[in-house]
Amino acid sequence: MTYIAKPKLHHRDIPTNALGFTHRDYEGRISTLCAGCGHDSISAALIQACFELSIEPHRVAKLSGIGCSSKTPDYFLGQSHGFNSVHGRMPSVLTGANLANRDLIYLGVSGDGDSASIGIGQFAHAMRRGVNMVYVCENNGVYGLTKGQFSATADKGSKSKTAVNHDAPIDLVSMALVLGASFVARSFSGDKKQLVPLLKAALSHRGVAVLDVISPCVQFNNNPQSTKSYDFVRAHNEAVNRIDVIESKAEITVDYAPGEVVTVHQHDGSLLKLSKLQADYDPRDRAKAMAYLQEHHARGEVVTGLLFLDPEAEDLHAALGTTKLPLNQLGERELCPGSKALAAVNDSYR
Amino acid sequence: MTPMAAVNDFVVKFANVNGSGSASANELFARCILRMGVPVASRNIFPSNIQGLPTWYEVRVSGEGWLGRRGGVDLMIALNPQTWDSDVAEIEPGGYLLYDSTKPMPASKFRDDIVVLGVPLTALSNSLEGTIPRERQLLRNVIYLGALSALLGFEPEVVENLIGKQFKGKDKLIALNMKSIALGHDYAAEQLAGACALKVMRSDKVGERIFIGGNDAAALGAVYGGATVCAWYPITPSTSLAEAFMRHCKLLRVDKETGENKFAIVQAEDEIAAIGTVIGAGWNGARSFTATSGPGISLMQEFFGLAYFAEIPAVVFDIQRGGPSTGMPTRTQQSDIMLAAYASHGDTKHVLLFPEDPRESFEFASIAFDLAERLQTPVFVMMDLDIGMNDWLCQPLSWDDSRRYDRGKIMTADELEAGRDFGRYLDVDGDGIPYRTLPGTHPTRGAYFTRGTSRDRYARYSEEGAVYVDNMQRLLRKFDTAATLVPAPLRRNASETARFGAIYYGSTAPAMDEALARLEAQGLHLDTLRVRAFPFSDAVTDFIHDHEQVFVIEQNRDSQLLKMIVNECAIDPARLIAVLHYDGTPITARFIVNSVAERMTLLGRKEAAE
Repeated sequence: MTYIAKPKLHHRDIPTNALGFTHRDYEGRISTLCAGCGHDSISAALIQACFELSIEPHRVAKLSGIGCSSKTPDYFLGQSHGFNSVHGRMPSVLTGANLANRDLIYLGVSGDGDSASIGIGQFAHAMRRGVNMVYVCENNGVYGLTKGQFSATADKGSKSKTAVNHDAPIDLVSMALVLGASFVARSFSGDKKQLVPLLKAALSHRGVAVLDVISPCVQFNNNPQSTKSYDFVRAHNEAVNRIDVIESKAEITVDYAPGEVVTVHQHDGSLLKLSKLQADYDPRDRAKAMAYLQEHHARGEVVTGLLFLDPEAEDLHAALGTTKLPLNQLGERELCPGSKALAAVNDSYR
Repeated sequence: MTPMAAVNDFVVKFANVNGSGSASANELFARCILRMGVPVASRNIFPSNIQGLPTWYEVRVSGEGWLGRRGGVDLMIALNPQTWDSDVAEIEPGGYLLYDSTKPMPASKFRDDIVVLGVPLTALSNSLEGTIPRERQLLRNVIYLGALSALLGFEPEVVENLIGKQFKGKDKLIALNMKSIALGHDYAAEQLAGACALKVMRSDKVGERIFIGGNDAAALGAVYGGATVCAWYPITPSTSLAEAFMRHCKLLRVDKETGENKFAIVQAEDEIAAIGTVIGAGWNGARSFTATSGPGISLMQEFFGLAYFAEIPAVVFDIQRGGPSTGMPTRTQQSDIMLAAYASHGDTKHVLLFPEDPRESFEFASIAFDLAERLQTPVFVMMDLDIGMNDWLCQPLSWDDSRRYDRGKIMTADELEAGRDFGRYLDVDGDGIPYRTLPGTHPTRGAYFTRGTSRDRYARYSEEGAVYVDNMQRLLRKFDTAATLVPAPLRRNASETARFGAIYYGSTAPAMDEALARLEAQGLHLDTLRVRAFPFSDAVTDFIHDHEQVFVIEQNRDSQLLKMIVNECAIDPARLIAVLHYDGTPITARFIVNSVAERMTLLGRKEAAE
C-alpha cells in the first residue's frame, strides 16, 4: 500500500556511489502493482541506473500520464518531484517543465495505452521536437487498470481470455525512428543486464531518448498466445548489441578488438561501448535500423538493444536559443523591459 | 436629394476583395485621420478565407470620441463586384459612393438618393510606368486613399509623413506610393471638386492616445508580466497574439550580450498539447501562457481540471469568436464565459478577467501572471475578436517600474533546510492557498507527487471521503480569496438617482459609454457597473440590490454572465433583464439605447398604470 513507508533502515555495508548515496536513497514508496509485474522490474532498473550514475535524486523530475505504468514514478526516486498528469499527455507537460528549467533531468514514464493510443500524437511530436528527456514506454500490450483490454501495441492475432486482437500493432520504436528521435532502444523488463546500461546511456543522452521496454502484464497478458509474455519475449529476443556506459570520469583501460565493438562519445563526455551481437548492425544508421527492424519483426523476432543513436543531436533548447540560465530563475530585472522601453512602444502605435 | 454634410462625424466603409492588399491602405486612411487629431474606431470584417472572398474595413470618424461601432455607412468605397448590390444598399440616404469608374456601369447599379463619386482607379494605376500588374493592384488602393484625402480634406503633410514612416528606408517605395497618392488626389481635386460634404477638420481630441489591437497589447502585457513560456496552436482570432508575443520578444527579450532568448515559444501540435506545455512550465516555476479561442478551450477542458485540482498556475487568453462549433470563426461574441468559468468535469471554478479594450488587455495580461502564481490556478483573460483583432484608440500603455512580480507562495531551499513544515495542500495562512516547492529545490525535503487524484494535505494519495471534502472546501476558500484579489467592478452613477442599473463587461464598453450619454440626453438615468472579473465581488450584489431592475448587457444568446450572477450571488432572476446582441457584429450604442430605452419607458408606464 502506498501510504506505508518503507523502513529507512538498511545494512551498514551496502555499497554507496560517488555522492555517498546507497541504492535505498533512490527508492520510492512501495509499489501497488501486481506481484511479478514487469513494471516493477523497470522501476528497479531505473533505481540502479540512477544510483550507478550518481545522479542527485532531487535533480530528476519524473512525469507520467495515466495507467499502471504511469503510477510507477511514485515507486522510485522518492526525493524527486513527480507529476502524474493526464492520459496520454505526459510529453506536453514534460516539454513545458523542460522549457522552464533546462538544468534538471527529465524522466517521462508512459505505457502502451498512454503512448500508442490516446497519446500517440503527443508521442510523435515529442520525438520531432527533440525535448531533452528519457521517454520510457512500459509496453505490455494491454490496459491493466481497466482489466485487460488490448492496447494498440498488441500484435494482430494476440489472444486474451475473452478476445482476439484483430488490429495491426503500432511499433513505437519504428515510429520513433521515422519521427527523428536521436536515441532509440528496445529492451525487456526481464533482462536487467541489458536494461540498466540502456537506461544509463539514455540518461546521459542529450535530446529525446526513447526506450520501448516490453513489460509483461502477469494478470492479463502473460498467457501462451501473447507476444508480450515473459516466455515469448525470452524465446524471441534478438539483441543486436550489448552496451557498457563508461562515465566521463572513468579511466578507459580495456582495449577492444576492432570490428566487434562500436564506441560512441555522448555530449556529456560519457562513452558508450557497444559490443556487437549482430555483425551487420550499426546503430548509427537510421535507415538501416528501420529496415533491420522490419525484416526481423516479419520473422517474429523481438529486436532489442540500442537500435539508433545520434550522438551529435541537439535538443529543443538549442533550437529555441534559450538562455543557459533556466527560464524559471529569471525575474523582473531580466524579463521586464521597463517603462522607458514602453514609451517607445507606445510611440510606434501613434 | 440633399447630400449629407458632416464634419468629423461619419462612417466610412471599404468593401474589398480578400488578398487584394487593401488592409495597409485602409489602415493608413484611419491613421491619417488620427494624425489630424480626430478619433476613429476601425473594424475589420472578414471571412474565414485567404483570397477572393469579400472583406470590409469600417472606420467610424467621431470628433466626440465615440469608439463603439455606430451602424450604417455614410461613405462606401465599393471595390468588390461580388458585394456591390448589398454594399450600395447599405449607404444611408444622402450618403456617398466611391467606385472605380474605369469601366462604365449601368445606371440601374446605382441609387438616386446617394452621391456617386467615380474615380478611374484601374486606369490611373495603369498609368504608373515601370510597375508590374501585382504592384498596380496594390497601388490602386493607395490611389483611392489619395482621392479620399482630397475629398475629405486631409492635410497633405499628414499623408506624406505616414507614407514615409511606413516605408522607412525604402525610398523607391516612398516615391511610388506618393506618386499614387498624387494621382488619386489630383483626379478628385479636379474632377470631383465640391462633390463631397463629409470633411475631416484638424482637432485635438486624440491627445496621447495610441492605436493598437488587443492581441498586440495583450502580448506586450505578457512580455511585461514576465511570461517566458508560450505554447499555442493557430486559431482565429487568437493567432496574432502568439505571433505578436514572438515579435515583441525578439525586440525586447533577447540578451544583448549573449544573443540568448529569455523566452521559449512552441507551436504545439494541438490545443491540448499547448495547455499541457503551459501547465508543465507553470508547475516548474516559469510564467507560461497560451492564446486560443472557443474550440481550443473546449479541447483543453481535461487539463483545466488538472490545473485546478493539482493547483498549477497557467494563463489562458481566450479571444472569443462566434460559436458553437466552428460557428462564425471571424466574427465576435462573448460566448465562452460559462465554458471558461466552469471548465472541466467535476466541481471546478476558474478566475476570469474581462478587459474592456487593448489598454486593459495589456494591464490584465500582466496581472494575470501575478494572480495565477498567487492563486496557483489557471487564469483566463476573456477577450474577443473585436478587441483582439481590431486597432482601438486607447490610452497609452503604462508600467510602474517599482512594480514587482508576485511569485506567490513558493517554499525555498533555506526554509526547507530550516525545518519548516511543508504540506503541499496544507492551508497554513487561512486563505486557502498552500505553499508549493519547485522541482530540484532541496536534496531531501519538499519533494512531492503532483497528481489529479485525491490526496491529503501532505500530497499523499487518499480516496477517503473526509480527506477529499477537506481539500474541496479549501479550494472554495481559495476562490473566496481570489474574489479579493481580482480587479474590482467599476461603478458609474447617473447624474440623478436611478431606478435602473446596467451591468456590462469587455468590448461592450465603448458602445455603453455612448449609449449612456444618449440616454442621459433623453432624460433616462441609468447607473452602470462594469464587471471586470470572476469571482464576483460583493459590489456586484450591492449594485443589484441598489436598483429595482438591472439590465445585463452581453454579446451572447444565453445571457451567460447573467446566469452566473444569479447563481453565484444568489440573486432573484426577476431583478435582471437580459440585453443580448449576438449576430457576430460588435454591439452598438444604437442597439443598447433602443433595447434599454424601450424597456425603461415601458416599465415606467406600467407602474404609472398600476
